[in-house]
Amino acid sequence: MSRATTSLPRSIAAHAILIAYTVIALFPVILVIINSFKSRQAIFREPLMPPTSKTFDLVGYVTVMKQGDFLLYFQNSLIVTVASLFLVLLFGAMAAFALAEYRFRGNGLMGLYLALGIMIPIRLATVAILQLMVAGGLVNTLTALILVYTAQGLPLAIFILAEFMKSVSDDLKNAGRIDGLSEYRIFFRLVLPLVRPAMATVAVFTMIPIWNDLWFPLILAPSEATKTVTLGAQLFLGQYVTNWNAVLAALSLAILPVLILYVVFSRQLIRGITSGAVK
Amino acid sequence: MGSLNIENVRKSFGPVEVLKGIDLEVTDGQFVVFVGPSGCGKSTLLRVIAGLEDATSGRVIIDGTDVSATPPAKRGIAMVFQTYALYPHLSVRDNMALGLKQAGEAAAEIDRRIQVASSMLGLEPYLKRRPAELSGGQRQRVAIGRAVVREPKLFLFDEPLSNLDAALRVNTRLEIAQLHRRLGATMIYVTHDQVEAMTLADKIVVLNAGRIEQAGAPMELYNAPANEFVAGFIGSPKMNFIDGTRLGETVKTIGVRPEHISVDAAKGDWKGTVIHAEHLGADTNLYLDCEKAGLITVRIFGTYDAEPGAVLYATPQPGKLYRFDADGKVVK
Repeated sequence: MSRATTSLPRSIAAHAILIAYTVIALFPVILVIINSFKSRQAIFREPLMPPTSKTFDLVGYVTVMKQGDFLLYFQNSLIVTVASLFLVLLFGAMAAFALAEYRFRGNGLMGLYLALGIMIPIRLATVAILQLMVAGGLVNTLTALILVYTAQGLPLAIFILAEFMKSVSDDLKNAGRIDGLSEYRIFFRLVLPLVRPAMATVAVFTMIPIWNDLWFPLILAPSEATKTVTLGAQLFLGQYVTNWNAVLAALSLAILPVLILYVVFSRQLIRGITSGAVK
Repeated sequence: MGSLNIENVRKSFGPVEVLKGIDLEVTDGQFVVFVGPSGCGKSTLLRVIAGLEDATSGRVIIDGTDVSATPPAKRGIAMVFQTYALYPHLSVRDNMALGLKQAGEAAAEIDRRIQVASSMLGLEPYLKRRPAELSGGQRQRVAIGRAVVREPKLFLFDEPLSNLDAALRVNTRLEIAQLHRRLGATMIYVTHDQVEAMTLADKIVVLNAGRIEQAGAPMELYNAPANEFVAGFIGSPKMNFIDGTRLGETVKTIGVRPEHISVDAAKGDWKGTVIHAEHLGADTNLYLDCEKAGLITVRIFGTYDAEPGAVLYATPQPGKLYRFDADGKVVK
């Protein structure tokens, strides 16, 4: 920020808005986390207070660890998210490279077709997807979820990455061709590192809906062995009684892995921006 | 080693024809410059020679071998780009070595060639650095070094000086000229800057709208332009074009270069008023609004005091007039 454009009132106003936004955004998360460390009565009596020595209680976490196979649920969620993310980034980047780099008949139409998925929600096709999975014998497998999430994530990934790949210098790719690099090496060694910030953005946008999804795990893979964390947490939400300690503890735990993945990608994002580009 | 023949090369992008049948012969060791306004097809032609674009029809022959279907890496060429196009993740040394490694050269041979090229271009202190740690001029030298180590039959330069500032441009131009003399290699150089073309070339190829307007030695193009386009493109300031009928001539257009007009305060052929004067020190450019000839530019060597509004008489030097017919062709 340059000195000339900052004034004290303006920067106070900017900070006030940002802080207000941060508070609003973090409030529910913090509420979940502080209440997960409290006893049942304390949650209902003083929901907004942080745990004190009196109200501190780990009963929620104990319940989560004892009841249900939460470690397995976490593992399922991680496998599904990471595998889908990998496939979305790999295929998305390759398709985007083809659309951005090569001239072929129907290039524009193909781009439009691939972008259509952004506008049409995949859940509209749930029944058809279920029939497909039943026919393929994939119901109650993690593979079913990975396939669906890959399809769900690809349109946006291709759309964003294709725009970024168009901005990568043609000269650089041509220099690679003259030096005898294969198209694959040009793609993986020259182009991908330069679009790393875009990859990180796509990764974050793709990852969060997958991790949080309840719909497809419930329909395609509700068995005990393939439950994801969000589905597993439903265990504690009863029709008449809800074990809030356990629900809050499960949700608090569910934040952790996605937070770690986010930190990983945001570091990549910064590194991508600061690495030496063409000029 | 290092001749190039282009036979009736055409290139279309969809319905747009960018190259409309190019024939060209480049002999071994020549420095050929493609020059022309933007969009004339000069860069596309260079890309076709490099193999980065496939010609729609026609043949590209390097050293007697038809390479029309050969991938760029196997054509025996090296290319220097306007944006340097160095690999950002590799050191200067690895940038130069990559192409040789891909071609399967022995490590000792790679070392030797990098040694020779880096001492020639003064790159030794930078070999371990990344491109991001170099200045623009150094980066372009690395890009040239990367071309030199390949020991190609043909060097291709795609506007290599356009991203450099004026002072660096003159230096690098000199280095490229010395490099050509030292290596004796065939070089093809694309630019839109006619000064680069005039100073570097053995042979200039002037392109316009996908066709070769004229090809020849710089002085040939300057002294005997084939048509109005070449006459206007070569030379700075631009040649004056005057409607033939205004001067009582039968041809469509009369051309005379600004440096071939003399001025006098008392008498001369064309009476005119000074609109603007540019004092450059070594020479002076006057813009004259003449009653007979219209707005013309006059270049006078040395300093000449003339303020806007002054009345002067301009006289073209005898024998330095060019006559063009309605198609723009020179009338002898």
